[in-house]
Amino acid sequence: MRLNLRVWRQQNPGAPGAMVTYEVDGISRDMSFLEMLDTLNEDLILRGEDPVAFDHDCREGICGACSLVINGDAHGPERTTTCQLHMRSFADGDTIDVEPWRAAAFPVVKDLVVDRGAFDRIIQAGGYITAPTGSAPEAHATAVPKADADSAFEHAECIGCGACVAACPNGSAMLFTSAKVNHLNVLPQGSPERETRVLDMVARMDDEGFGGCTLTGECATACPKGIPLPSIAAMNREWLRAVRKHGGN
Amino acid sequence: MSTDHARTDHAHTDHAHTDYTHYGTGDPIADTKAPEGPIAERWDRRRFEAKLVNPANRRKHTVIVVGTGLAGGAAGATLAEQGYHVVQFCFSDSPRRAHSIAAQGGINAAKNYRNDGDSVHRLFYDTVKGGDFRARESNVHRLAQISVEIIDQCVAQGVPFAREYGGLLDTRSFGGVQVSRTFYARGQTGQQLLLGAYQALSRQIAAGNVEMHARTEMLDLITVDGVARGIVARDLITGKVSTYYADAVVLASGGYGNVFYLSTNAMNSNATAVWRAHRRGAYFANPCFTQIHPTCIPRTGEHQSKLTLMSESLRNDGRIWVPKAQGDTRPAAQIPEAERDYYLERIYPSFGNLVPRDIASRAAKNVCDEGRGVGPGGQGVYLDFADAIRRMGRDKVAEKYGNLFDMYERITAENPYEVPMRIYPAVHYTMGGLWVDYDLQTTVPGLFAIGEANFSDHGANRLGASALMQGLGDGYFVLPSTINDYLARHPHQEAVDDTHPEAAAAVREVRDCLAKLLAVDGDRTPDSFHREIGELMWEYCGMSRTEEGLRKALARIPEIREEFWRRIKVPGSGEEFNQSLEKANRIVDYLELAELMCLDALHRAESCGGHFREESQTPDGEAARRDEEFGYAAAWEYQGTGAAPVLHKEDLVFEYVHPTQRSYA
Repeated sequence: MRLNLRVWRQQNPGAPGAMVTYEVDGISRDMSFLEMLDTLNEDLILRGEDPVAFDHDCREGICGACSLVINGDAHGPERTTTCQLHMRSFADGDTIDVEPWRAAAFPVVKDLVVDRGAFDRIIQAGGYITAPTGSAPEAHATAVPKADADSAFEHAECIGCGACVAACPNGSAMLFTSAKVNHLNVLPQGSPERETRVLDMVARMDDEGFGGCTLTGECATACPKGIPLPSIAAMNREWLRAVRKHGGN
Repeated sequence: MSTDHARTDHAHTDHAHTDYTHYGTGDPIADTKAPEGPIAERWDRRRFEAKLVNPANRRKHTVIVVGTGLAGGAAGATLAEQGYHVVQFCFSDSPRRAHSIAAQGGINAAKNYRNDGDSVHRLFYDTVKGGDFRARESNVHRLAQISVEIIDQCVAQGVPFAREYGGLLDTRSFGGVQVSRTFYARGQTGQQLLLGAYQALSRQIAAGNVEMHARTEMLDLITVDGVARGIVARDLITGKVSTYYADAVVLASGGYGNVFYLSTNAMNSNATAVWRAHRRGAYFANPCFTQIHPTCIPRTGEHQSKLTLMSESLRNDGRIWVPKAQGDTRPAAQIPEAERDYYLERIYPSFGNLVPRDIASRAAKNVCDEGRGVGPGGQGVYLDFADAIRRMGRDKVAEKYGNLFDMYERITAENPYEVPMRIYPAVHYTMGGLWVDYDLQTTVPGLFAIGEANFSDHGANRLGASALMQGLGDGYFVLPSTINDYLARHPHQEAVDDTHPEAAAAVREVRDCLAKLLAVDGDRTPDSFHREIGELMWEYCGMSRTEEGLRKALARIPEIREEFWRRIKVPGSGEEFNQSLEKANRIVDYLELAELMCLDALHRAESCGGHFREESQTPDGEAARRDEEFGYAAAWEYQGTGAAPVLHKEDLVFEYVHPTQRSYA
């Protein structure tokens, strides 16, 4: 396959960026999208040019590092992570636009690499169960109904990639935040911190500069792990319940 | 110190010998920390005999933790909970991305919830036997004891393990054992356990007890008078090289499988932290013990950048086969039952498809070498779920393995519900690592190694679902107990700063290496060298090894190293985000580590676990151990680039599990 790539190049957070066109040839349909970019970068290095910076690590769809907007879609045309997108999803001769996540809360570091530290800080605000090592009761002391355990798991699958934010016209992090709130709040172990968790995480999310949610649903469509849209409604209920109980926020 | 050649059974004189193979044998090394007495009481006794640090004094101690995977994340969180000041590092943009996250299958624990005859002693026994009698009994027994606490801890953190309809935890059996002791969270157990540790760590970051440095990579260890006192690290965004000082340093930086270029490791997993610690005096043990995982997706072409593992839990219900005839290219569905060879079930009737990983991998290689492999290039075998779908129904299969089937289909564009999967072995895990004693301390005082970074618990072969157990065991329970003893005995270390000659020298060496990489301006990319060394290692130090092949590799590696420093091209500068520079700097270490791996494989002229020497096999082609000569862990002391290292042997004593030739027939 021969492709025209239009790639966002930006030297550093302060520098202006621009789309730069590259042609790549000899691309196999079995390559992943990132292996196609590897091919481009090998060429660029040999030509003495700066290779395109992009985040990636596990390349099996679980670490959440990769983060490209491809032809306007977060992670591209398939419902998967960029690393699991293969070139068979494209046609010979295609022109493909490659951009970083674009959101006020995710500033560009270089080229296609952004800073997602805001997600870490949302988790730090309450996305945990306080259970210091050694303090745990025997695992079978508390039975958890299978439906609750399955629901917790479904939300815990979030890989923290940020596609939800990138896809949202408002740059909202509601799906990410609700995934963690619902994972922990549905479990008996998470119940003692149920109210403070949702209040603190939502407050932190707002402080980080993410936009508000207008329920466009783009987030759930882009999510490679299928975190469901009703997750947001469930978090809103948790939040209202917590405000009623604790007042204020 | 005596000097002897790499041991050989058949003296080959027709190959070029490099000086590197003329290694010396130094003083034996021994663990002095595990107490005497009944094995089941040793961990209690050690914890009692270890000195403690007064809780009020702990905040005066700084501990550096490098890495945020299961071992590092758990250790950082737990040390901070105890009151220590933790300074932690990861090269990813977030601690949540460590490669532990990709572990699929599960985590072992001797809970005996199934009432199927499991016990701490059985888990201990299985692990020592599975490791082919090359692990230290005291450590393994402790791991089995701790396994039950790990599950309790993770459940308390909200890890959503699979559960039965009654609300209790589900388990499954896993490669190489006959009890059902593996706890799991669908095919994403590593992810869920890692997020548990990450969340505990996040709580401590928010509390100000952990100072977290993301996108920061350790590039050297700072020792003062032979004691670990800090690290040199590079901020990967700005390129700034900085020093960090502490009372103890913990390496939780993972394994070194990426020396093979193609492996199931993440692209950025690397050996730099452990290798540079090795250069500063930490012995490296059993580097040739690498695990080749039998169930990975075969490669598709030259462009392949990494390999993807399919959880071996698939072997519980999938049946592995190849055509009986050589060169049979018919589609799987057209090959009648009578013309299929379910070779694992045939050769190992009692374990069948559940034999340990090393055995399953080698068997796949053998049938492919016979010309009976399937798929492109004949480098694959079938893993077939047709029987399982008939027996359990498609829905039940989907519930158990759905995400794995989806992943397979995304990568190969083949639907495993309709056609059998194709699998082939790939490098997956490294049992070798920095030598540590029972306290997980390396030969450098104050330097500890936990998780895959150390060599301790898996011997020559790791059993499935034991890596997560060991990583969390080391991080949550072992290190936080044993490090107290070291800190209590070294209470008021003199402050070190950048003016100290040893610190200044470490910084200078790091800067010089980076500058040299940028200055060559040659005509080959970092990846081209990485691929070359990786292919060499796969060919000669992979699934099966020979003296002849290892000597070829040992002759070739110094040549590649020389060419590297002549032809490497790294664009850009060191004062910016520069992924090519990161990569090239890691390859510098692979080019030395590869040499040690080959030497270790050459010197160990026996087969054991994942290390198969063709010269040492039974008449029916199984690995033949030679306990009299090789019943030891090989700990190597660094002597300089390309200079023959010194071998220190730790004799392994088996008081409880008597070594026998493994039999899975």
